[in-house]
Amino acid sequence: MARQEPKKDVVIVGLGWTGAIMGMELAEAGLEIIALERGADRQTVPEMKYPQMIDELSQGERHKLMQRPSQSTITIRRDQSETALPMRKWGSFLLGNGVGGSGVHWNGQSWRPQPVELRLRSYISERWNPSIIPEDMTIDDYPVSYDELEPYFDRFEYVAGISGTAGNLNGEIRAGGNPFEGWRSRDYPMPALPMTYNGAKFTEAARAMGYHPFPRPGGNASTSYVNEYGMQMAACNFCGFCERYGCYQYSKSSPQTTILAALFRKPNFSYRTEAEVLRVEIAPDARSATGVTYFDETTGEEVFQPADIVILAAYQIENVRLMLLSGIGRPYDPTTGEGVTGKNYGYQITGSTSLFFRDEYFNPFVGSGVNGVCIDDFGISAIDFAAEGFIGGAYISSAQTNGQPIRSMPLPEHTPEWGQGWKAAIGAWYGHEMSISHHASVMSYRGHYCDLDPTYKDRHGRPLMRITFDWHPNELRLNAYLREKIEALARAMQPDHMAANYKGFDSRYDVRPYQTTHNTGGSIMSTTPQGGSVNRYLQAWDKHNIFVLGAGAFVQNTQYNPTGLVGGLAYWAAAAIRHQYLRDPRPLV
Amino acid sequence: MTTVLRCLSALIGIATFFILALVWLPIERTPPSEALPADWTPERGAGEYAMRAANCMACHTKEGGSPFAGGRAIKTPLGTIYSANITPDPETGIGNWTLDQFRASLIDGMSADGTHLYPAMPYENYRLLSERDIRALYGFFSKEVEPIKHRVAATDLIFPFNQRWGIRALNWLTLTHDSGFTGRMGNEVLDRGEYLVEGPGHCAACHSPRNFYMGQAAITAKDAEFLVGGHIEGQEAPALRGSKSHIADWSLEELTAFLATGRNFAATANGEMGLVVTHSLQYLSDADIGAMARFLKALDGQPQSPVEIAVQQGPLSRPAPEANAKGEKTARMLTEAGPNMSLGARIFIDNCAQCHFVTGRGAPEIFPALQGNSLVLSEDITALVSIILWGAELEGTDRRPMPLVMQGYENRLSDTEIAELASFIRQAWGNRASALTSDDVRAIREAGLP
Repeated sequence: MARQEPKKDVVIVGLGWTGAIMGMELAEAGLEIIALERGADRQTVPEMKYPQMIDELSQGERHKLMQRPSQSTITIRRDQSETALPMRKWGSFLLGNGVGGSGVHWNGQSWRPQPVELRLRSYISERWNPSIIPEDMTIDDYPVSYDELEPYFDRFEYVAGISGTAGNLNGEIRAGGNPFEGWRSRDYPMPALPMTYNGAKFTEAARAMGYHPFPRPGGNASTSYVNEYGMQMAACNFCGFCERYGCYQYSKSSPQTTILAALFRKPNFSYRTEAEVLRVEIAPDARSATGVTYFDETTGEEVFQPADIVILAAYQIENVRLMLLSGIGRPYDPTTGEGVTGKNYGYQITGSTSLFFRDEYFNPFVGSGVNGVCIDDFGISAIDFAAEGFIGGAYISSAQTNGQPIRSMPLPEHTPEWGQGWKAAIGAWYGHEMSISHHASVMSYRGHYCDLDPTYKDRHGRPLMRITFDWHPNELRLNAYLREKIEALARAMQPDHMAANYKGFDSRYDVRPYQTTHNTGGSIMSTTPQGGSVNRYLQAWDKHNIFVLGAGAFVQNTQYNPTGLVGGLAYWAAAAIRHQYLRDPRPLV
Repeated sequence: MTTVLRCLSALIGIATFFILALVWLPIERTPPSEALPADWTPERGAGEYAMRAANCMACHTKEGGSPFAGGRAIKTPLGTIYSANITPDPETGIGNWTLDQFRASLIDGMSADGTHLYPAMPYENYRLLSERDIRALYGFFSKEVEPIKHRVAATDLIFPFNQRWGIRALNWLTLTHDSGFTGRMGNEVLDRGEYLVEGPGHCAACHSPRNFYMGQAAITAKDAEFLVGGHIEGQEAPALRGSKSHIADWSLEELTAFLATGRNFAATANGEMGLVVTHSLQYLSDADIGAMARFLKALDGQPQSPVEIAVQQGPLSRPAPEANAKGEKTARMLTEAGPNMSLGARIFIDNCAQCHFVTGRGAPEIFPALQGNSLVLSEDITALVSIILWGAELEGTDRRPMPLVMQGYENRLSDTEIAELASFIRQAWGNRASALTSDDVRAIREAGLP
């Protein structure tokens, strides 16, 4: 018999970005809230303090901040004919763990989607013809528009402390910003960060080719910042340890720097760490949840936490898994296309060109997670899909996030990978390289989905999440197109050497090298209960007191880093709960 | 010879008489400064507010202990004093005290049984409390505070202060000013500010020097040494007035922000002042904090802004300041980071510049400036070295909930390295203070956390 805790108004599963946002919003509404976090508690000092935090071997390579594969992992296969195998060391993506979640170890890059990305099927149908959408591509419109979400994007950016240069202020295109972005009601809360030399070179080349370079927006503070809760950030010093690390100097936007200390002062909010939620408990009528059951790591027992509202605020993969384990939404069946939970798993595709300049020095150790200059001239809204033969787009950027010695030693092609020759090449080329990369959309497909693994289980005996995903010819064509554009830019900059890092047309998904932690879908939003797991307010279609936050809601992935949309949707859902749901708990659609 | 003997015995006689008088003379309590009707009741919340303004909680609560149950050790040059339990517990607290006894503890430094309180209790300052605030406080401590049974450790002082009559003698010498408060500043806001600073806020208890008898050398603005700087528990309490004071070039807005949140464009509240902000000042109204800041500025004759001052709410974006003329040379040297830099400068770049910047000016609201920083420049190096060794923490407040924590470097830097580093920052950016030796650092490290 599980221990039972006193009932709360709200239980939040996971205390990362979305859990913290929802916690604050609902605490301000006066509700009694408990958040359950499976990992440890964590603050800037002492857990992220200098210099222990910036140890590349323990953090960068051994993933100290991440979920332990022994705790729980996932199985992966590329198509239904393969047997999925469990990941025993993270590679392609890195799942956060502990208070702050992945909001602790991200780079900070924060974007809004383009308005057309949220109504992609209609956009394609209106501009070209629905027939250009491949038969197995299951893209759709989001059931919420950019205009509806704009105030919530804005709210997230102002809480999270995002630096940037507005390109479209209330419809007016502004020099220096991204002219392809959706309208924003006001400028970023902080000006863009200064750029490093690679950015200046890229800007010059891009301008010469008629493109529209702009500084990448994101959560590395460019000034001291105080947000609406009085939480504070300090100007980033470009130490070059963002992604995979916690920020030791309060400069990176995270739940710790922007929400948590303010939230923890609320007497109606509490949280427990080392509390891994095992399942959502469903009422006998199957139309609502009664709470969640979690494993208390400190006592080694199962605990039932009753609550009137259940917020799933874990990472996309764990949210979808909890839904499948608890019977929230019918599991998706790729053979029939029926069912919803697990549907439209999405990812992103990236590629890059390294440029080596014998006589230029880039000081690569001067970097920040957001640092970089981008162009959106090959974004989704700018490409003629019918003419190019693919659907999707990307932003292209020249970043310089770090010069870390283990993972950031780019060398020209045909350099020996070890020994004397390798050492000589490091001596000759360290610091002489800059790169141009793309960060591209991945559409949703009938065969890309999440379900419960039939074989492998975690330490609690629960099936692992199984992901079925591979590169689709549509994205490989997009990738080839982007490579052409990048290489033209690179050649214009006249480097001494170039090295290409792109997928070929026969590439299959490889889980080993890091790509992006931008896993999406599986608990997608939809206009009807047949289309997805949650409605436009992220409320589970079949159980009205469950709300599922995070990138699982993405109908298809965008071309951008997902956090801006994740944050905006969390505020959007919070407003729906506060202003519509609480006064009359019911299905909102 | 007989004359000498006669004089001596006369002197001894007089001394004996005084001592006997000190011991036996019946005690007298100062009457209320305002005659309030017996049924006068303070406004709701006024008692708690006065408690916050007088910061009773900071001293009368032990770390991790129940509020007001006492037992906090206060280190003074006379020995360690343990604060009293002031909850309404009749046995171990003040539950049986009458209003007159309660008032006497605040304004005469006298306990209910007539014995004298140790001067860690700032009754010299509380002597200025208005009768209304005293009544409000009495109501708060007799009705609103939860009674806690907690007997505190006995205080152990050196002779003659371990004799309560010794304290009485001290009071005869120091407690000479009138009780109650009369405004002198000529306007209501400044009078309110003066009242809060001199009376409940008891700023002079730390920020004024102590006299020969360990009493406060200056209680009110009339006194020459008022707020010209003092010491508290081994930490320097900087001067709050005069052209060379730490706050002389702070604007009214910045001073207000510091008092209300413990942080502003250039400074964070450390140590005892951090406690003052988190236990007391953060709870005062914007109007009262503004009045205190205006009064402090008026002490130096600075012109008064007519605009109402309030702590700025987010979103706020404030760039880190560029190096100024005094600091330019150091900033350039650190930026160039040449191979001939001193060890102190190198250690600064490797460990400190990330937050305090090569400009030495820090970052507004979050990382304090080291240039012109009174703690950095203090003659007493204990606080500076302690912070480098063990770090510092300013707790969050409602309006700035983020705790600001500087990590310690105890395990990363040797005594020599800390001495070099501290000497460097005491002499960089136009700072002028003496260098340290590794022996200085060793002594502080060996003494352990203050």
